[in-house]
Amino acid sequence: MSTLLDAWTVLAVCAGAFFFMAGTAGLLRFPNSLARLHALTKADNLGLCLVMLGLLPQVTSLLDGIKLFCIWILLLLSGASVSQLVARSMRLGEEARR
Amino acid sequence: MMDWLNLGLAALILGLGIWVVLAREAFSAVVGFISYGLLLTLVWVQLSGVDVALTEAAIGGGLTGALLIGAASRLKRTENAVSAEQPGTALKWLAAGLSAAVTVVLAVCVLALPEPAPTRAAEVAANIDSTGVGNPITAVLLAFRAMDTLLEAVVLVFALIGVWSLTPDRFWAGRPGNRQTADPNGILAYIASTLPPIGIVVGLYIFWIGADYPGGKFQGATILAAMWLLVIMAGLVDTPTISRVPLRMALVLGPLVFIGIGFLGVVSAGAFLAYPIDYAKPLILTIEFALMPTLTLILGLLLLGAPQRAVES
Repeated sequence: MSTLLDAWTVLAVCAGAFFFMAGTAGLLRFPNSLARLHALTKADNLGLCLVMLGLLPQVTSLLDGIKLFCIWILLLLSGASVSQLVARSMRLGEEARR
Repeated sequence: MMDWLNLGLAALILGLGIWVVLAREAFSAVVGFISYGLLLTLVWVQLSGVDVALTEAAIGGGLTGALLIGAASRLKRTENAVSAEQPGTALKWLAAGLSAAVTVVLAVCVLALPEPAPTRAAEVAANIDSTGVGNPITAVLLAFRAMDTLLEAVVLVFALIGVWSLTPDRFWAGRPGNRQTADPNGILAYIASTLPPIGIVVGLYIFWIGADYPGGKFQGATILAAMWLLVIMAGLVDTPTISRVPLRMALVLGPLVFIGIGFLGVVSAGAFLAYPIDYAKPLILTIEFALMPTLTLILGLLLLGAPQRAVES
Protein backbone atom coordinates (compact mmCIF):
# COMPACT_ATOMS: atom_id res chain seq x y z
CA MET A 1 0.00 0.00 0.00
CA SER A 2 2.74 2.45 0.97
CA THR A 3 4.63 1.69 -2.25
CA LEU A 4 1.50 2.54 -4.17
CA LEU A 5 1.11 5.82 -2.27
CA ASP A 6 4.77 6.67 -2.87
CA ALA A 7 4.33 5.99 -6.56
CA TRP A 8 1.33 8.33 -6.57
CA THR A 9 3.41 11.03 -4.85
CA VAL A 10 6.22 10.74 -7.40
CA LEU A 11 3.75 10.75 -10.29
CA ALA A 12 1.68 13.70 -9.09
CA VAL A 13 4.62 15.88 -8.01
CA CYS A 14 6.35 15.21 -11.35
CA ALA A 15 3.18 16.17 -13.19
CA GLY A 16 2.99 19.32 -11.04
CA ALA A 17 6.60 20.16 -11.86
CA PHE A 18 5.79 19.69 -15.54
CA PHE A 19 3.01 22.28 -15.31
CA PHE A 20 5.36 24.69 -13.55
CA MET A 21 7.90 24.19 -16.37
CA ALA A 22 5.22 24.68 -19.01
CA GLY A 23 3.94 27.77 -17.23
CA THR A 24 7.43 29.24 -17.04
CA ALA A 25 8.08 28.50 -20.71
CA GLY A 26 4.78 30.22 -21.53
CA LEU A 27 5.65 33.20 -19.35
CA LEU A 28 8.90 33.64 -21.23
CA ARG A 29 7.74 32.84 -24.77
CA PHE A 30 4.08 33.84 -25.19
CA PRO A 31 3.49 36.87 -27.44
CA ASN A 32 1.29 39.16 -25.31
CA SER A 33 0.68 39.93 -21.67
CA LEU A 34 -2.75 38.31 -21.43
CA ALA A 35 -1.41 35.02 -22.80
CA ARG A 36 1.53 35.21 -20.40
CA LEU A 37 -0.86 35.74 -17.48
CA HIS A 38 -2.81 32.71 -18.65
CA ALA A 39 0.37 30.58 -18.63
CA LEU A 40 1.28 31.83 -15.16
CA THR A 41 -2.09 31.00 -13.62
CA LYS A 42 -1.97 27.51 -15.11
CA ALA A 43 1.30 26.88 -13.27
CA ASP A 44 -0.20 28.23 -10.05
CA ASN A 45 -3.49 26.39 -10.20
CA LEU A 46 -2.73 23.04 -11.78
CA GLY A 47 0.94 22.74 -10.87
CA LEU A 48 0.45 23.51 -7.21
CA CYS A 49 -2.74 21.44 -7.06
CA LEU A 50 -0.88 18.38 -8.35
CA VAL A 51 2.07 18.95 -5.99
CA MET A 52 -0.38 19.29 -3.10
CA LEU A 53 -2.32 16.17 -4.07
CA GLY A 54 0.94 14.30 -4.44
CA LEU A 55 2.15 15.32 -0.98
CA LEU A 56 -1.16 14.55 0.76
CA PRO A 57 -0.44 10.79 1.28
CA GLN A 58 2.90 11.71 2.91
CA VAL A 59 1.52 13.85 5.75
CA THR A 60 1.52 12.35 9.22
CA SER A 61 -1.48 14.14 10.69
CA LEU A 62 -4.85 15.31 9.46
CA LEU A 63 -4.01 18.88 10.51
CA ASP A 64 -0.98 18.98 8.19
CA GLY A 65 -3.16 17.77 5.33
CA ILE A 66 -5.69 20.52 6.00
CA LYS A 67 -2.84 23.08 6.12
CA LEU A 68 -1.57 21.89 2.71
CA PHE A 69 -5.06 22.18 1.27
CA CYS A 70 -5.51 25.68 2.74
CA ILE A 71 -2.21 26.82 1.23
CA TRP A 72 -3.45 25.76 -2.21
CA ILE A 73 -6.84 27.48 -1.74
CA LEU A 74 -5.18 30.71 -0.54
CA LEU A 75 -2.82 30.67 -3.51
CA LEU A 76 -5.75 30.12 -5.87
CA LEU A 77 -7.54 33.09 -4.33
CA SER A 78 -4.57 35.46 -4.45
CA GLY A 79 -3.34 34.28 -7.87
CA ALA A 80 -6.74 34.69 -9.48
CA SER A 81 -7.27 38.15 -7.95
CA VAL A 82 -3.80 39.43 -8.81
CA SER A 83 -4.03 38.30 -12.43
CA GLN A 84 -7.44 40.04 -12.70
CA LEU A 85 -5.87 43.23 -11.33
CA VAL A 86 -2.89 43.01 -13.69
CA ALA A 87 -5.20 42.40 -16.66
CA ARG A 88 -7.39 45.34 -15.66
CA SER A 89 -4.52 47.79 -15.33
CA MET A 90 -3.27 46.56 -18.71
CA ARG A 91 -6.66 47.28 -20.31
CA LEU A 92 -6.86 50.71 -18.67
CA GLY A 93 -3.36 51.48 -19.99
CA GLU A 94 -4.37 50.50 -23.52
CA GLU A 95 -7.51 52.65 -23.38
CA ALA A 96 -5.48 55.60 -22.13
CA ARG A 97 -3.04 55.26 -25.03
CA ARG A 98 -5.78 55.23 -27.66
CA MET B 1 21.30 15.45 -4.31
CA MET B 2 21.03 18.11 -1.58
CA ASP B 3 24.45 19.47 -2.55
CA TRP B 4 23.27 20.08 -6.09
CA LEU B 5 20.20 21.89 -4.77
CA ASN B 6 22.39 24.11 -2.56
CA LEU B 7 24.85 24.79 -5.37
CA GLY B 8 22.02 25.69 -7.70
CA LEU B 9 20.53 27.99 -5.06
CA ALA B 10 23.88 29.72 -4.52
CA ALA B 11 24.41 30.14 -8.27
CA LEU B 12 20.90 31.57 -8.69
CA ILE B 13 21.42 34.05 -5.84
CA LEU B 14 24.77 35.20 -7.22
CA GLY B 15 23.34 35.56 -10.72
CA LEU B 16 20.30 37.45 -9.48
CA GLY B 17 22.51 39.70 -7.33
CA ILE B 18 24.61 40.64 -10.35
CA TRP B 19 21.45 41.20 -12.39
CA VAL B 20 20.00 43.53 -9.73
CA VAL B 21 23.21 45.59 -9.69
CA LEU B 22 23.38 45.80 -13.49
CA ALA B 23 19.65 46.41 -14.12
CA ARG B 24 19.08 49.66 -16.02
CA GLU B 25 15.66 50.55 -14.62
CA ALA B 26 15.04 51.00 -10.92
CA PHE B 27 11.78 49.06 -11.19
CA SER B 28 13.39 45.94 -12.68
CA ALA B 29 16.10 46.09 -10.03
CA VAL B 30 13.39 46.15 -7.34
CA VAL B 31 11.59 43.16 -8.87
CA GLY B 32 14.93 41.34 -8.94
CA PHE B 33 15.55 42.28 -5.31
CA ILE B 34 12.20 40.83 -4.23
CA SER B 35 12.96 37.52 -5.96
CA TYR B 36 16.38 37.69 -4.32
CA GLY B 37 14.65 37.93 -0.94
CA LEU B 38 12.53 34.86 -1.72
CA LEU B 39 15.62 32.86 -2.74
CA LEU B 40 17.32 33.98 0.47
CA THR B 41 14.30 32.62 2.36
CA LEU B 42 14.99 29.20 0.80
CA VAL B 43 18.62 29.45 1.89
CA TRP B 44 17.58 30.11 5.49
CA VAL B 45 15.24 27.11 5.35
CA GLN B 46 18.16 25.00 4.08
CA LEU B 47 20.24 26.26 7.04
CA SER B 48 17.38 25.23 9.39
CA GLY B 49 16.88 28.88 10.37
CA VAL B 50 13.11 28.81 9.92
CA ASP B 51 12.60 31.87 12.17
CA VAL B 52 14.97 33.91 10.05
CA ALA B 53 13.39 32.51 6.88
CA LEU B 54 9.96 33.70 8.02
CA THR B 55 11.33 37.16 8.82
CA GLU B 56 13.19 37.34 5.51
CA ALA B 57 10.05 36.43 3.58
CA ALA B 58 7.86 38.88 5.53
CA ILE B 59 10.19 41.85 6.05
CA GLY B 60 13.07 41.37 3.58
CA GLY B 61 11.02 40.29 0.59
CA GLY B 62 7.52 41.57 1.33
CA LEU B 63 7.72 44.80 3.28
CA THR B 64 11.03 46.11 1.95
CA GLY B 65 9.94 45.09 -1.55
CA ALA B 66 6.73 47.10 -1.24
CA LEU B 67 8.68 50.10 0.13
CA LEU B 68 11.15 49.91 -2.76
CA ILE B 69 8.38 49.62 -5.36
CA GLY B 70 6.91 52.84 -3.94
CA ALA B 71 10.32 54.51 -4.05
CA ALA B 72 10.98 53.32 -7.62
CA SER B 73 7.67 54.66 -8.91
CA ARG B 74 8.37 58.01 -7.24
CA LEU B 75 11.81 58.17 -8.86
CA LYS B 76 10.43 57.34 -12.30
CA ARG B 77 10.09 60.99 -13.35
CA THR B 78 13.74 61.79 -12.71
CA GLU B 79 15.18 58.45 -13.81
CA ASN B 80 15.96 59.43 -17.42
CA ALA B 81 17.76 62.59 -16.33
CA VAL B 82 19.87 60.63 -13.84
CA SER B 83 20.87 57.87 -16.28
CA ALA B 84 21.76 60.51 -18.90
CA GLU B 85 24.54 61.73 -16.62
CA GLN B 86 27.49 59.43 -17.31
CA PRO B 87 30.03 59.18 -14.50
CA GLY B 88 33.68 59.61 -15.55
CA THR B 89 36.02 56.66 -16.07
CA ALA B 90 37.99 57.46 -12.94
CA LEU B 91 34.83 57.47 -10.83
CA LYS B 92 33.73 54.12 -12.30
CA TRP B 93 37.08 52.52 -11.51
CA LEU B 94 37.04 54.00 -8.01
CA ALA B 95 33.57 52.54 -7.37
CA ALA B 96 34.61 49.15 -8.76
CA GLY B 97 37.80 49.18 -6.68
CA LEU B 98 35.97 50.08 -3.48
CA SER B 99 33.33 47.37 -4.01
CA ALA B 100 36.01 44.79 -4.74
CA ALA B 101 37.94 45.84 -1.61
CA VAL B 102 34.83 45.46 0.58
CA THR B 103 34.15 42.02 -0.93
CA VAL B 104 37.75 40.92 -0.28
CA VAL B 105 37.65 42.12 3.33
CA LEU B 106 34.36 40.30 3.91
CA ALA B 107 35.71 37.11 2.32
CA VAL B 108 38.87 37.25 4.46
CA CYS B 109 36.79 37.77 7.61
CA VAL B 110 34.52 34.81 6.82
CA LEU B 111 37.47 32.56 5.95
CA ALA B 112 39.31 33.60 9.13
CA LEU B 113 36.45 32.52 11.40
CA PRO B 114 37.61 29.82 13.84
CA GLU B 115 36.34 26.30 13.27
CA PRO B 116 33.93 25.50 14.91
CA ALA B 117 32.46 29.01 14.89
CA PRO B 118 32.12 30.68 18.31
CA THR B 119 28.64 29.97 19.60
CA ARG B 120 26.62 30.38 22.74
CA ALA B 121 23.96 27.96 21.58
CA ALA B 122 24.89 25.47 24.32
CA GLU B 123 24.42 28.13 27.03
CA VAL B 124 21.03 29.07 25.59
CA ALA B 125 19.99 25.42 25.49
CA ALA B 126 21.11 24.95 29.09
CA ASN B 127 19.24 27.98 30.41
CA ILE B 128 16.13 28.01 28.22
CA ASP B 129 13.98 26.38 30.92
CA SER B 130 14.34 29.43 33.15
CA THR B 131 12.46 31.55 30.57
CA GLY B 132 9.49 29.21 30.20
CA VAL B 133 9.38 29.55 26.41
CA GLY B 134 10.16 26.63 24.11
CA ASN B 135 11.55 28.41 21.05
CA PRO B 136 15.26 29.23 21.64
CA ILE B 137 15.07 32.18 19.19
CA THR B 138 12.27 33.78 21.22
CA ALA B 139 14.21 33.07 24.42
CA VAL B 140 17.26 34.89 23.02
CA LEU B 141 15.25 37.79 21.59
CA LEU B 142 13.11 38.46 24.65
CA ALA B 143 15.10 37.16 27.60
CA PHE B 144 18.84 36.77 27.02
CA ARG B 145 19.19 39.67 24.57
CA ALA B 146 16.01 41.60 25.37
CA MET B 147 17.90 44.88 25.13
CA ASP B 148 18.46 44.37 21.37
CA THR B 149 14.78 43.74 20.79
CA LEU B 150 13.81 46.81 22.84
CA LEU B 151 16.16 49.02 20.82
CA GLU B 152 14.79 47.49 17.60
CA ALA B 153 11.24 48.44 18.57
CA VAL B 154 12.35 51.96 19.51
CA VAL B 155 14.26 52.35 16.24
CA LEU B 156 11.07 51.57 14.32
CA VAL B 157 9.24 54.37 16.16
CA PHE B 158 12.09 56.72 15.25
CA ALA B 159 11.92 55.57 11.63
CA LEU B 160 8.24 56.46 11.52
CA ILE B 161 8.96 59.89 13.07
CA GLY B 162 11.61 60.32 10.35
CA VAL B 163 9.07 59.54 7.62
CA TRP B 164 6.47 61.84 9.16
CA SER B 165 8.98 64.68 9.47
CA LEU B 166 9.05 64.85 5.66
CA THR B 167 5.43 66.07 5.69
CA PRO B 168 4.85 69.49 4.07
CA ASP B 169 3.57 71.99 6.65
CA ARG B 170 0.11 72.35 5.13
CA PHE B 171 -0.57 68.61 5.37
CA TRP B 172 0.81 68.14 8.87
CA ALA B 173 -1.49 66.03 11.03
CA GLY B 174 -3.37 64.98 7.89
CA ARG B 175 -3.79 61.60 6.25
CA PRO B 176 -1.07 59.70 4.35
CA GLY B 177 -1.67 58.61 0.75
CA ASN B 178 -4.46 59.41 -1.68
CA ARG B 179 -8.02 58.38 -0.93
CA GLN B 180 -8.36 55.07 -2.76
CA THR B 181 -11.52 54.43 -4.68
CA ALA B 182 -11.81 50.94 -6.08
CA ASP B 183 -14.90 49.53 -7.77
CA PRO B 184 -17.03 48.29 -4.85
CA ASN B 185 -18.06 45.24 -6.92
CA GLY B 186 -14.56 44.74 -8.31
CA ILE B 187 -12.08 42.01 -7.54
CA LEU B 188 -9.95 44.18 -5.24
CA ALA B 189 -12.92 44.96 -2.97
CA TYR B 190 -13.81 41.27 -3.03
CA ILE B 191 -10.37 40.07 -2.02
CA ALA B 192 -10.08 42.89 0.57
CA SER B 193 -13.21 41.62 2.29
CA THR B 194 -12.44 37.88 1.91
CA LEU B 195 -8.77 37.69 2.82
CA PRO B 196 -8.44 39.78 6.04
CA PRO B 197 -10.40 37.37 8.31
CA ILE B 198 -8.08 34.55 7.21
CA GLY B 199 -5.02 36.80 7.36
CA ILE B 200 -5.81 37.99 10.88
CA VAL B 201 -6.14 34.40 12.11
CA VAL B 202 -2.88 33.40 10.39
CA GLY B 203 -1.08 36.49 11.74
CA LEU B 204 -2.23 35.88 15.30
CA TYR B 205 -1.38 32.16 14.98
CA ILE B 206 2.17 32.93 13.84
CA PHE B 207 2.49 35.41 16.71
CA TRP B 208 1.15 32.95 19.31
CA ILE B 209 3.10 29.92 18.09
CA GLY B 210 6.31 32.00 18.30
CA ALA B 211 6.68 31.14 22.00
CA ASP B 212 7.41 27.51 21.21
CA TYR B 213 7.93 27.15 17.45
CA PRO B 214 9.26 29.33 14.63
CA GLY B 215 7.16 32.48 14.40
CA GLY B 216 6.77 35.60 16.45
CA LYS B 217 5.53 39.13 16.70
CA PHE B 218 7.47 40.59 13.77
CA GLN B 219 6.26 38.02 11.27
CA GLY B 220 2.72 38.09 12.65
CA ALA B 221 2.65 41.90 12.66
CA THR B 222 3.77 42.01 9.03
CA ILE B 223 0.84 39.82 8.00
CA LEU B 224 -1.61 41.95 10.02
CA ALA B 225 -0.15 45.14 8.50
CA ALA B 226 -0.51 43.63 5.01
CA MET B 227 -4.19 42.92 5.69
CA TRP B 228 -4.70 46.49 6.91
CA LEU B 229 -3.01 47.90 3.79
CA LEU B 230 -5.13 45.65 1.56
CA VAL B 231 -8.32 47.04 3.08
CA ILE B 232 -6.97 50.60 2.62
CA MET B 233 -5.96 49.94 -1.02
CA ALA B 234 -9.44 48.67 -1.81
CA GLY B 235 -10.86 51.93 -0.44
CA LEU B 236 -12.91 50.15 2.23
CA VAL B 237 -11.36 52.30 4.96
CA ASP B 238 -9.35 55.52 4.78
CA THR B 239 -5.82 55.97 6.08
CA PRO B 240 -5.69 57.23 9.67
CA THR B 241 -5.23 60.88 10.62
CA ILE B 242 -1.78 60.91 12.17
CA SER B 243 -2.70 63.52 14.78
CA ARG B 244 -5.17 61.22 16.54
CA VAL B 245 -4.14 60.67 20.14
CA PRO B 246 -5.27 56.99 20.36
CA LEU B 247 -3.13 56.18 17.32
CA ARG B 248 -0.07 57.84 18.80
CA MET B 249 -0.69 56.12 22.14
CA ALA B 250 -0.77 52.75 20.35
CA LEU B 251 2.50 53.63 18.58
CA VAL B 252 4.41 54.09 21.84
CA LEU B 253 2.52 51.52 23.92
CA GLY B 254 4.76 48.57 22.99
CA PRO B 255 8.13 50.17 23.78
CA LEU B 256 6.70 51.78 26.95
CA VAL B 257 5.42 48.45 28.29
CA PHE B 258 8.79 46.90 27.41
CA ILE B 259 10.71 49.64 29.27
CA GLY B 260 8.28 49.48 32.18
CA ILE B 261 8.80 45.73 32.59
CA GLY B 262 12.54 46.39 32.25
CA PHE B 263 12.48 48.76 35.23
CA LEU B 264 10.30 46.32 37.13
CA GLY B 265 13.21 43.91 36.70
CA VAL B 266 15.51 46.37 38.52
CA VAL B 267 13.27 46.13 41.58
CA SER B 268 12.26 42.47 41.47
CA ALA B 269 15.24 40.69 39.87
CA GLY B 270 18.13 43.07 40.37
CA ALA B 271 18.86 44.18 36.80
CA PHE B 272 17.27 46.14 33.96
CA LEU B 273 15.23 43.76 31.78
CA ALA B 274 15.78 40.82 34.13
CA TYR B 275 12.67 38.78 34.85
CA PRO B 276 11.85 37.12 38.17
CA ILE B 277 12.18 33.43 37.37
CA ASP B 278 8.60 32.44 38.25
CA TYR B 279 7.05 35.16 36.11
CA ALA B 280 9.40 35.02 33.12
CA LYS B 281 6.94 33.56 30.64
CA PRO B 282 3.93 35.78 31.53
CA LEU B 283 6.16 38.87 31.38
CA ILE B 284 7.60 37.83 27.99
CA LEU B 285 4.08 37.25 26.67
CA THR B 286 2.95 40.65 28.00
CA ILE B 287 5.78 42.35 26.12
CA GLU B 288 4.94 40.44 22.94
CA PHE B 289 1.25 41.32 23.25
CA ALA B 290 2.03 44.99 23.78
CA LEU B 291 4.52 45.12 20.91
CA MET B 292 2.19 43.42 18.42
CA PRO B 293 -0.24 46.35 17.76
CA THR B 294 2.65 48.85 17.82
CA LEU B 295 4.60 46.88 15.21
CA THR B 296 1.53 46.34 13.02
CA LEU B 297 0.73 50.06 13.01
CA ILE B 298 4.33 51.15 12.46
CA LEU B 299 4.93 48.73 9.57
CA GLY B 300 1.68 49.81 7.90
CA LEU B 301 2.29 53.53 8.46
CA LEU B 302 5.88 53.28 7.19
CA LEU B 303 4.50 51.96 3.91
CA LEU B 304 1.78 54.61 3.72
CA GLY B 305 4.43 57.31 4.04
CA ALA B 306 4.21 60.97 4.98
CA PRO B 307 0.77 62.66 5.04
CA GLN B 308 -0.31 64.05 1.65
CA ARG B 309 -3.75 65.44 2.50
CA ALA B 310 -4.83 68.06 4.96
CA VAL B 311 -7.30 66.85 7.52
CA GLU B 312 -10.79 67.67 6.28
CA SER B 313 -12.74 69.82 8.72
